Amino acid sequence: MSTSLLLLLIVVIGFIAYFSGRSRSLALAGGKLSNLHSLPGYHGSYVAIWAMLPAALVLGTWLIAAPIYIDSSTRAALPDTVQSQGAASLQLALGQVKSVAGGLLRLSGEEVAALESGAANLRSTLAAKGVALAGEGEPYMIAAAQHFNTMTVTNRWLMSAVVLLIAVVGGIYAIRNVAARFRARNQVERVILGSLIVASSIAILTTVGIVTSMLSEAGRFFTMVSPFEFFFGTVWDPRFAAAGSGGASGQFGLIPLLAGTLYIAFVAMLFAVPIGLFAAIYMAEYASPRLRSTAKPLLEVLAGIPTIVYGFFALVTVGPFLRDISAQLNGLVTGNYQNFIQAQSVVTAGIVMGIMLIPFVSSLSDDIITQVPRALRDGSLGLGATRSETVKKVILPAALPGIVGALLLTASRAVGETMIVVLAAGVAARMQINPFEPMTTVTVKIVNQLTGDLEFTSPQTLVAFALGITLFVITLGLNIYALYIVRKYREQYE
Amino acid sequence: MTDIASPTVRISARPESAKRDIGIKRRYAAERRFRAYGMAAISTGLFFLALLLWTVVSNGYTAFQQTTITLPIEFTEKVIDPKGERATDGKVLQTANYPLLVRDALVKQLGIDASKRPQVKQATDMVSASSRTLLRDMVVADPSIIGKTVPVTLLAEANIDSANKGQIDLRVEESKRKVKDQQVTWMNQLAEAGVLKKSFNTGIFTFGASSRPEAAGVGVAALGSFYMMLIVLVLSLPIGVAASIYLEEFAPKNRLTDLIEVNINNLAAVPSIVYGLLGLAVFINFAGMPRSAAVVGGFVLTLMTLPTIIIATRAALKAVPPSIRSAALGLGASKMQTIFHHVLPLAMPGILTGTIIGLAHALGETAPLLLIGMVAFVVDYPGSPMEPSTALPVQIYMWANEAERAFVERTSGAIIILLIFLVVMNLGAILLRRRFERRW
Repeated sequence: MSTSLLLLLIVVIGFIAYFSGRSRSLALAGGKLSNLHSLPGYHGSYVAIWAMLPAALVLGTWLIAAPIYIDSSTRAALPDTVQSQGAASLQLALGQVKSVAGGLLRLSGEEVAALESGAANLRSTLAAKGVALAGEGEPYMIAAAQHFNTMTVTNRWLMSAVVLLIAVVGGIYAIRNVAARFRARNQVERVILGSLIVASSIAILTTVGIVTSMLSEAGRFFTMVSPFEFFFGTVWDPRFAAAGSGGASGQFGLIPLLAGTLYIAFVAMLFAVPIGLFAAIYMAEYASPRLRSTAKPLLEVLAGIPTIVYGFFALVTVGPFLRDISAQLNGLVTGNYQNFIQAQSVVTAGIVMGIMLIPFVSSLSDDIITQVPRALRDGSLGLGATRSETVKKVILPAALPGIVGALLLTASRAVGETMIVVLAAGVAARMQINPFEPMTTVTVKIVNQLTGDLEFTSPQTLVAFALGITLFVITLGLNIYALYIVRKYREQYE
Repeated sequence: MTDIASPTVRISARPESAKRDIGIKRRYAAERRFRAYGMAAISTGLFFLALLLWTVVSNGYTAFQQTTITLPIEFTEKVIDPKGERATDGKVLQTANYPLLVRDALVKQLGIDASKRPQVKQATDMVSASSRTLLRDMVVADPSIIGKTVPVTLLAEANIDSANKGQIDLRVEESKRKVKDQQVTWMNQLAEAGVLKKSFNTGIFTFGASSRPEAAGVGVAALGSFYMMLIVLVLSLPIGVAASIYLEEFAPKNRLTDLIEVNINNLAAVPSIVYGLLGLAVFINFAGMPRSAAVVGGFVLTLMTLPTIIIATRAALKAVPPSIRSAALGLGASKMQTIFHHVLPLAMPGILTGTIIGLAHALGETAPLLLIGMVAFVVDYPGSPMEPSTALPVQIYMWANEAERAFVERTSGAIIILLIFLVVMNLGAILLRRRFERRW
């Protein structure tokens, strides 16, 4: 019985349970609904929960546990010669046994008999049925595969039987509980509350998942490359993972990537902060409601555009434009029409990222500026200060902590941005201070190291997780500090 | 008395012209400058928005037109099945020399001497190589077509398409461009005969990945994105709403819930690429799910969208006034009934707005999908979320890396499609908010 059919059956049982619980409670009420403690629907739900929830839980655990058990049992059934060859080749043999097992199901009885007696070649027989084997196939594999197949089939039947039994027994148990004064609603609500708690723990689990997965993979990386070399190395040259060599020959220096990341983020902030801040001030202090109601959403459109679109914009418009204009400028000054800005460069990525960040700076700062109490503003204006003097001398100092928080949040976004830098910053990991040359970032290298074919044992791949945890820690630090500042600031005026 | 009077005397004693200089001119000039900076900042922002959209649209609108060549193709048995084996051998129809049919039809149409090899090659280069699969599918679907002559609309090759749209500068020396003079002459000849024409490009909506621009489309990628959005919606909306209800209505105020609160705010600001690493390590490496599958992409995007939805939902729940809760509780509803029957329906518009915005964000997300192997060359429609697929923004990324002119056009076209989806979703959110938003 397939899993989806089983699930469907559980749902059907649940429906039956609901209606029988409902009708039983109605019958017990004797036509007067107020005799019941809970509404009939709650009695129905109570019975349905008892029918479905335990069965579904058992099904879930079974689906996870059974393959592990079957694998270990099949592994034990392999001959000792294979067992002694180490974990990697054992795993390989197990994989082959599984594909043989899948192939055997497609063969007729005579063909299987021919294989068992050794009359037919395993690989060619299976290949004729469209099952490709990785290796030549050993005779012991047929026995192991048959063992695997019988176990799978028994397991399926056993699982279906147990799960359906639990569903039915649960339903019957719950129906027997239904009584006029039975507090079905409270029971149902307890289950709902439990599921609410489970849902809210997913947020925690995500963080735990991020931290543990990255720490464990990065830990494997640090067993191959020392943390000192990684964090303080100034050369990034991972080489390619040569198959089977382990390939620990590359150099994994974080410093050039970090320098590129911070440099590009700095250029982006240099571009976005003045524009965003002035836009926010104008919008909060000067703009008429009409201008505000059109300009603000329009600017926020910039925040809604996917970053890949910005990357494309950098690639086809900004990059070539900067390259050509630098060539023209150079030509006018020196007579040599040679461009001094590369199409992929720190400024290209910085400017385009800056455009993306404008709405973040402006809407965050706008919120903070409008939170400054009216009284401060009125006091300053009443003393004869002009609007700009009020902004500069009163509002900005009052809003400063909040604005700093907003800028930190923006900076964390700039550090973690990926698609723009992938397309606009280049891939050359080097340390230099010329903003017109390409540099690369942590995120670009994560993407570079993890696209394409990978094996999860080489430092070339695992370094991505070390980079990831670095990025996570940097942005987390910025975010926590920013949120702390913003929160503290908000309390100041509440 | 004198103390007060004396300054008045002093001021009035001054001549009118020597009024104390309080720098009013200078200050007003500064004021004007400050205003101008603000205006300039807003205009700069809007200018870049316009420039961005203009770049995309001006590069991309031509992608929605495609040059086609309609030729009467003669499905001769001699070419398709010279030995007459198609009834017994299924491979014959699959492997027949279909390009030859196109060549013959084209040579006949243009009136070229079939023995002049280079000329014939130039002519056949004008038609997309995807014609082979097109004709093959026609014949396999209906073998009775063999022996008949049927007019078939074929795609023009990408360079001819660009030339026909006027995107190739024909004044450049012939050897330096991809379209030869002879081909241009033929192109004009075919256009005059009504054989070659521009029509609406349905292919960009239906095709999958292809190395040939004229046969590349976003259909497959859009289906992958659709699967992912479905998974995100089905998972993140219930989980997000349930989590927010617990945190907002039930959770005791203690250290733990404080931690969850900070945690959710942080998750909303974690770089998206970190979610890709999480998906790679947990779903693919640990749980053994297939690479490149929409289901993994959906899970990763769900985790990414959850914080957004939780934050929006909590704000919406908070906005429902306490009087509603008190009234329901006062009439004897349980807390659970109060929330699910009264508070939640009133908060629903806000929740849905937040969800749509979260979904729109997830739809445009690229970086995490690159890490879980969705940068794949997928030609066929994925039948289920478990099969390899790609996504709309990833397709854009892959095309952006192609060098050919025709791919720039396709990339912009795909971006236009993506932006239209986003605009529709965001407009939906705005309308929802306008229509159902209540102020208490």
